[in-house]
Amino acid sequence: MAKYVIKRVAMGIFSVFIVATLTFFIMNLVPGGPFVSEKSISAAAQQALNEKYGLDKPLGVQYVNYMSSLLHGDMGLSLKQRGRTVNQIIAEKLPVSCRTAGIAVAVALCLGIPMGCFSAYNRGKWADNIIIVLATCGIAIPSFISSVLLLYTFGMNLKLLPTVGLNEPAAYIMPVTALAIYPTAYITRLMRSSLLDVMGQDYMRTARAKGVSSVKILFKHALRNAILPVVTYVGPMLAALMTGSFVVEKIFTIPGLGRDFVSAITNRDYTLIMGTTILLATMVIIANVIVDILYKIIDPRIKLK
Amino acid sequence: MENLKKNPLSLHLNVDDFMPATNDEKQSLVVMRESVNFWKDGLRRLRKNKIAMVSLVVIILIAIFAYVLPAVWPYGYDEQIKYSENLAPFEYSEKELARIAEGESVFPHILGTDRSGRDFAVRLMMGTRVSLSVGLLASVLVLLIGATYGAISAFAGGWVDIIMMRITDILYTIPDILLIILLGMALKDPLEAISQQPGFGWMQKLGPNMISIFIIFALLYWVSMARIVRSQVLTLKESEYVTAARALGASSGRIIKRHLLTNCIGTLIVTTTLQIPSSIFTESYLSFLGLGVAAPMPSLGSLATDAVKGMNTYPHLLLAPALMISVMILVFNLFGDGLRDAFDPKLKN
Repeated sequence: MAKYVIKRVAMGIFSVFIVATLTFFIMNLVPGGPFVSEKSISAAAQQALNEKYGLDKPLGVQYVNYMSSLLHGDMGLSLKQRGRTVNQIIAEKLPVSCRTAGIAVAVALCLGIPMGCFSAYNRGKWADNIIIVLATCGIAIPSFISSVLLLYTFGMNLKLLPTVGLNEPAAYIMPVTALAIYPTAYITRLMRSSLLDVMGQDYMRTARAKGVSSVKILFKHALRNAILPVVTYVGPMLAALMTGSFVVEKIFTIPGLGRDFVSAITNRDYTLIMGTTILLATMVIIANVIVDILYKIIDPRIKLK
Repeated sequence: MENLKKNPLSLHLNVDDFMPATNDEKQSLVVMRESVNFWKDGLRRLRKNKIAMVSLVVIILIAIFAYVLPAVWPYGYDEQIKYSENLAPFEYSEKELARIAEGESVFPHILGTDRSGRDFAVRLMMGTRVSLSVGLLASVLVLLIGATYGAISAFAGGWVDIIMMRITDILYTIPDILLIILLGMALKDPLEAISQQPGFGWMQKLGPNMISIFIIFALLYWVSMARIVRSQVLTLKESEYVTAARALGASSGRIIKRHLLTNCIGTLIVTTTLQIPSSIFTESYLSFLGLGVAAPMPSLGSLATDAVKGMNTYPHLLLAPALMISVMILVFNLFGDGLRDAFDPKLKN
């Protein structure tokens, strides 16, 4: 187990390195640059800025410089948010995104798993049909539409909930709902189909024939086997949400990382792009390792290679 | 034979029983039914699936709405009608009321007009057309690239397979949005330059922006298609008919084209259909970021985004495109699910 985790972490570090390298070169190969679009800046000032951030050096040198400071944990100065380091920006924005994402995923799990089970147990009845229709709609509605509609109905029309920022607990309700709709719907469908699959297995019939109580069958046999696909889905999804959802953050004016990432790309804030990309890749890889370990805990038959 | 009178006590057999059977009788004894091939079998199952059939009807209606109706609609999508700005649905401007009073017939603005005085119903149709075209074309491109890549990777095997799959892994790890924005920037100037050249007038008409969206989608989203095709081909290539084809001297290209890809056609259809809603989804998301199809060509995403600013006063301008996107994604998903139930051999029964 320990050996496996070490191996996976080593592979993960290598993948992050590859992703960072590729991002670095793709980003620099695209025509334009961080200070090109600013018309107010004179050529001399542009030159000075390029020199200050080391952008006048050959690409190879820039790459080596960036990588060596990255190894020391320093992601450099942001090119556009003057005077702030990327580490500071991430340290400030990441907790906000993590908090909303964490609550959203918790809500999705608490609603999705029971709804999926309920629906599988009542297969073909009207309750099942209603849940399936709702879940399919939840998957079909893009997040920017659901966010805007929520904002319009509860924020502006009924004036029930605050529309801006995250200063009070009630302000979390709308962004979390908007973030949770898709995962809830997805988990419900996943849970339903995998539970239906498990319920047809022989060991379920055996358990029932032995006279095991239905509650015990559900928790000990059915759920434990059926939850694996959900675990696989939730890991990477949580990692992606934690690094911020641009749309929801923009609509509800939340100071999260997703907005900074997108504006960094459009502004060509190279260091911030690198910082957030590396962060995202690291989180996805960590999430996948955790998912694998959880697999082993949930289903001891699985052998980790 | 009638003269052979039967003695009731005789053990003579009934002669009629030994007459040759007529053709009708023969026909009734044939137990073979019409042979059912892959397509008939799948289509029969698909026809039985009510949800899928309803979705198909809705898809056809949306296609008519998007491709046929704008041609007969009395207003153009970029036609600005003066003094008719910001009309509510079915409202007429004073000028139009005056014309009606004179006895002229004025076509109603079913969904009102936007802030530049453009009829919103026809803009919604054009938006649907753009979104639907992006969805369909992008999916076809994804199918072509993904299926070829996956099939080659699986068929070649060995280190070629390993390298090709590592490339997809890496593409998978880099955030989509980063590549989309950067590619969009990189493609903008060359595409505009090309569209100025003679002979590329169609590009001007379509908008270089839209073409860059096709290219971006095609370059990014073939990865999952390639993986699915690869896993199918890996099992298919061990089958006897592939060995037989190779023994007969068929080239690798022919085996891939004629045998391997045709045999995973069910998966290809299903995955392509399910790619359509996700392309529509991504395009609307890009438009929301301001990276989608350029003005004056509307897409559903850009219509919804434009309406966000004025959603307090004109909520219908937001609701109509929002509903359209959701319905489109919904019906394509449902139809794709139906196709999968019908054509995926693993899900039979």
